[in-house]
Amino acid sequence: MKVRAADFLDYDQAAGVYRENPEQVVRDDVEKHYWLHVVRSIAKDWRLYLMLIPMLVVFLCWRYLPMYELLSCFKVDNSVVPVSGQLFSGFSYFKRLLFAGDSLSTEFWRAMRNTFITSFYGLCFGFPTPIILALFFNEVKSNGARSVYQVLTYLPKFMSTVVMTSLVAMLVKQGAQTTNMGILSQALVKLHFISYETGQAGLLNNPAFFRSLYQISGIWEGAGYDSIVFFSAIIAISPTSYEAAQIDGANKWAQMRYVVLPSILSTIVIMLITRIGSLLNVGYEKVMLLYNTNTYVTADVVSTFANRYGMTGQGQPGLAAAAEMMNNVIGMLLVIGSNTIARKATNTSLY
Amino acid sequence: MKRKLEITELIFKIISYTLLTIFALCCLYPFVYAVSASISGRQPVEYNEIVLLPKQIQFEAFKYMFKNNMFWTAYSNTLFITLYGTLWSMFTAILGGYALSKKRLLFRKFFNFFLVFTMWFSAGIVPQYLNYLATRRVFNAVGIMDDKWLVVIAMGMAAMNIILLRNAFEGVPSEIEEAAIVDGATEMQVLSNVYLPMSKSTIATVALFFAISRWNGYFWARQMMSNPNEHPLQVFLRLQLERFTDPEQMTGWNEVYASDSAIYALIVCSIIPILIIYPFIQKYFAKGVNVGGVKE
Repeated sequence: MKVRAADFLDYDQAAGVYRENPEQVVRDDVEKHYWLHVVRSIAKDWRLYLMLIPMLVVFLCWRYLPMYELLSCFKVDNSVVPVSGQLFSGFSYFKRLLFAGDSLSTEFWRAMRNTFITSFYGLCFGFPTPIILALFFNEVKSNGARSVYQVLTYLPKFMSTVVMTSLVAMLVKQGAQTTNMGILSQALVKLHFISYETGQAGLLNNPAFFRSLYQISGIWEGAGYDSIVFFSAIIAISPTSYEAAQIDGANKWAQMRYVVLPSILSTIVIMLITRIGSLLNVGYEKVMLLYNTNTYVTADVVSTFANRYGMTGQGQPGLAAAAEMMNNVIGMLLVIGSNTIARKATNTSLY
Repeated sequence: MKRKLEITELIFKIISYTLLTIFALCCLYPFVYAVSASISGRQPVEYNEIVLLPKQIQFEAFKYMFKNNMFWTAYSNTLFITLYGTLWSMFTAILGGYALSKKRLLFRKFFNFFLVFTMWFSAGIVPQYLNYLATRRVFNAVGIMDDKWLVVIAMGMAAMNIILLRNAFEGVPSEIEEAAIVDGATEMQVLSNVYLPMSKSTIATVALFFAISRWNGYFWARQMMSNPNEHPLQVFLRLQLERFTDPEQMTGWNEVYASDSAIYALIVCSIIPILIIYPFIQKYFAKGVNVGGVKE
């Protein structure tokens, strides 16, 4: 194949000669001297790169360094693994947790199951509630009344986990000889939801009630605040859409189904992805503040399991870190997976 | 036809108002109850005679709390952490977000990914704990003995907040920046005189996010602070709760108020600052949530 000058050069008709294309020259130059270009532009904009440094340092030191330290957690402890097992020793902690079959392994599986159940309940009850709440907010047409409702329902979100759990603990506290049980327990006894003895023993000491208390307090805390994003999607719907639907004879239900829902679908998908992405990040702080040895059966999640074994007493940081890592890797796969599915199915994606 | 429409709408409206009212009252009730219980006498509290309003009003529980030096220490520690923590986080986040918002930044994609990845995957609390222990050793080695600085500097950064700021800065028209540069403004002047005033509301929102999370921070402060004189309010509150709900420690209780009132008083004290500023900041939060779309 013959190479022609016109493939590389521009023909300058006025002068009747071939010339190099100036843009191509610049492009070639950049390609040839890529690193020179990098250095030059950093030198020119050095202030911009200086500005990045505090952020990079914070994230490197306290977000990425722990990830590196995660690896060092798997350094083999000679007392745990015999020399003959050294080949797979890096996985010894995982093997121990998953397959050992002793009490520790059972406890880990229990924590894993609780994590899934807790987050699944959170998805079932905690996710739809803000959407419903947003629909209700939309019905309140007077601005004054609506802001009163909003102020009240957002309020619990700004309380710390400690305050919130303290309130929960006080409202359902156990009775003693001199004092009565908490006021919420008492109301539940009066309504015959629970027996007097159960209330007297304290609901937080009862594994059967931990999950419902956890979820209800979660909804109490977050539903109002989480509804903001849905509500702002709903008020963005143009009034003409409703009018058109009304002219076509749509009742309230049909309007919900065919006007409101499609309009807020993308918001719902995005929030769902976010939710699924943090599905396995069960709020360990809250669990830690609410649970006690009586309720480990239903309350213990992977993070609290890791906290008990890795950070207190006779620490086994390797084991604890391995447990958490499994949890977090599954969590990461969930966020990537849900994001991909959402992009394929609805053309909405977060990342 | 017309009539049927009105009925479904009316029913829906009634349901909305009823459920909203119930939910709003549920949100408010625990706080009202806490206030009432904290200023009620011993007998009504212990036998749950209080439903809404206080009975046999006393202020001894609050007096007891105010006389406790540890309470004031905890309060000032929390103020310290909130103030310096918010300043440090805002400093980092504004500079970082500004740099990331510039198209001419090289490796921009990489830096964004660097940020967003921390939202997908975290090492977990155990490696984080070991990391903070190591950080504390470094801090002690250079002479910073106060663990409050550890909490201020090493904790509380959130990638989401930086992304909020970055998106706000990206929304500022580049013509204004160019005009400022033509007028001879330096990078720092462009940021402080053009970008900051133009994204005021997002900055307020992010600062509030940081401040609230600092004020409410508990877990790491409790893990990392061994000296009770450094404990912030939340840790103090929790330790008091553990003390007051332990029946063994409470056997010899002979005050005019119930031990529960002491806890409620402490809860009330710790939420009062938030309640005071809450009505003013509430509108910013709604805005902050709406601009939360993450894009690369």
